[in-house]
Amino acid sequence: MMPALLKNRDVLLAIIVAALVILVGLRAPVFLTADSLINVLTDTSFLFMLALAQMAVILTRGIDLSVAANLALSGVMVTLAARSAPWLPIPGVLLLAILIGAFFGAINGALIAGIGIPPIVVTLGTLSIYRGIIFVVAGPTWLTSKDMSTAFLDFPKSTLLGVPSLIVIAATVAAAFAYLLSQTQTGRGIYAVGGNPVAARYCGIDLHKQQFLVYTMSGAVSGLCGYLWASRYGIAYTDLAYGYELTVIAACVIGGVSVAGGIGTVRGALLGALFLGVVVNALPVINVSPFWQMLISGAVILAAVVVNARAERRSGKLILPEARRAAAGGSTA
Amino acid sequence: MFDDLSVAENIFMGHMPMTPRGRVDWAVMKAKTAELLGRLEADFTPDTLLKRLGVAQKHLVEIARALSHDARIIIMDEPTSALSEREIGDLYRIVEQLKAQGRAILFISHKFQEIFRIADRWTCLRDGEQVGEGSIKDVTQADLVKLMVGRPIDQAFPKRIVPIGDVVLDVEDLSNATEFDGISFKLRKGEILGLYGLVGAGRSEAMMGLFGLTSLTRGSVRIEGKPITIGTSSAAIAAGIAYVPEDRQGQGAVLPFGIRENMTLASVAEFAQRGVISTSRELDTTRSLGQRLAVKAANWEQRLAELSGGNQQKVVIGKWLATKPRLLILDEPTKGIDIGSKAAVHDFMGELAGEGLAIILVSSELPEIMGMADRIIVMHEGRIVNEFARGSATAEQIVSAASGSGHQ
Repeated sequence: MMPALLKNRDVLLAIIVAALVILVGLRAPVFLTADSLINVLTDTSFLFMLALAQMAVILTRGIDLSVAANLALSGVMVTLAARSAPWLPIPGVLLLAILIGAFFGAINGALIAGIGIPPIVVTLGTLSIYRGIIFVVAGPTWLTSKDMSTAFLDFPKSTLLGVPSLIVIAATVAAAFAYLLSQTQTGRGIYAVGGNPVAARYCGIDLHKQQFLVYTMSGAVSGLCGYLWASRYGIAYTDLAYGYELTVIAACVIGGVSVAGGIGTVRGALLGALFLGVVVNALPVINVSPFWQMLISGAVILAAVVVNARAERRSGKLILPEARRAAAGGSTA
Repeated sequence: MFDDLSVAENIFMGHMPMTPRGRVDWAVMKAKTAELLGRLEADFTPDTLLKRLGVAQKHLVEIARALSHDARIIIMDEPTSALSEREIGDLYRIVEQLKAQGRAILFISHKFQEIFRIADRWTCLRDGEQVGEGSIKDVTQADLVKLMVGRPIDQAFPKRIVPIGDVVLDVEDLSNATEFDGISFKLRKGEILGLYGLVGAGRSEAMMGLFGLTSLTRGSVRIEGKPITIGTSSAAIAAGIAYVPEDRQGQGAVLPFGIRENMTLASVAEFAQRGVISTSRELDTTRSLGQRLAVKAANWEQRLAELSGGNQQKVVIGKWLATKPRLLILDEPTKGIDIGSKAAVHDFMGELAGEGLAIILVSSELPEIMGMADRIIVMHEGRIVNEFARGSATAEQIVSAASGSGHQ
């Protein structure tokens, strides 16, 4: 039974993450304290949310390279807005950030679904454009904590029943994605257009609608993360979260989301993000240099792709009667 | 096969003749290709791009590729499935020619006609096991059917005579700019309408037009007397039309999905309340359709990628029945599936017609059309050229109508 369990990619990934945490903890026990572990989760919150939004995009055979640029642009715009409208309460700031991000995500969606330009081309273009717009709206100066109100800065540090608000928000986003993707008609449509776009069209499922939706959602999550990122680190400028889109995509790939579309789970994407979060947070504790971290992350991405390819490789059709019986017996056990 | 490369490159891919300096020797390659094509009496040149060729011509390129390896054994897997009668005749001639040159040919086929026409010896597989072999002289079609199905089948086509009711579908002057023109016909409750034609006659295209998948320039469609607007597949589904497409893996099945998710894909709204899907209700429908269609699977969550072609096809048919259609279009429903599944599909068609469903059967297989259809309309070059009542025409008449000669 054990080998069968190990063949499950999610279980394997969870074991690797746990082993990593324990190994680092043996060398540096301070890493295993509740505070430190909660800090890892808080730090990884952005990656959890962005990876889930990216997964929805990848499920439709797309990719969103503009997430980090959108995050930076939304972060800067919401900081500017809050500076000129200090009376705006935090829920209003959150909503504004989500709307700004969703707007820029919808632009991606409109170009991809409406005009039919390939997603990698559209988002490669908007990646540059969105970072460029930051310069247009904010100029070359950095917005720092001096430009932010106390309430604006304090929200990411607040807690709900002892849990940091960042973790609460990430958990809410995760629950929303899990519900959307596994329980709803919309979620089924997102998987279907990635699994077989032609068959989906024959069944009356509109590819363009799903595309517009996933890029808009991706933008909305980027916007939300834009505010949270700017306020947590007290800074907003053109190079905010520079290159982070690649980390987000890596989390999806490690978590078993198929870049060919149609395959991926919320649990997998979360584990992929958690793995990268642990690597980034745990290895410095035992003095592993950032370059080794990059090397380890890269090696794990390749290993994950190999594991996924193995899992996706067809185990063969069940034609022999005894093979069918064996499969039936195995699944009911 | 590589669509954007030339015939010569396709034939010599992987073993291109080289100059002593290690470059591709185009002159030798083209000369050898021309020689191979000449032997096969092909009507295209080595420089032709593969994408410019028809299905039958691509077959010739594949055969030339086998010959370029100087293959002693050539395996042909259902080589006639996409060919017209005339092209099949050409293929037989090439097979005879290869035989005369001392090459062995393993010819995989579902069609008895061609096995008895060209084979010397036979072997039969069922459920992944070899169940018999011998000389073709010592076997009859009935023997082979018995071996393939595991039980004797009285008649190849279990046609049921069912009462034919009112007009369900009335298509008037359906036309599109380049593919089909002036398609008009009526279809009644319980009736199976055969739509026959050679590959490329525009049958599937006309059906896609009827299903809202291609744009129309003219035409009207009435379902049970009510005019409907066909513009999208969802409108067609809502109007009670279901379309089981020709290319099972490309257009029908979602391979990463399980049986349940495939079965409910076209009717998913039926299983949802305010957008939230009820898995248990999906499972109920999947179970009842799956059992009715005798889908052989380990469980109802099994991924379609793991099912045999026949079982995939049953799931795709089940998916369309779940939409509770009034009109079912079956486009080559038995192409490339094993004879057991084929008989099950035919039997099931009769059962559905008996329940009052109107069925359009698009098929290139003449025995299937003649065996199952109450009425046959024949298309040629995008237009309907003839119509026959069941039993009123011989195979020869239908084929000559399909090849355009019957009409003039």
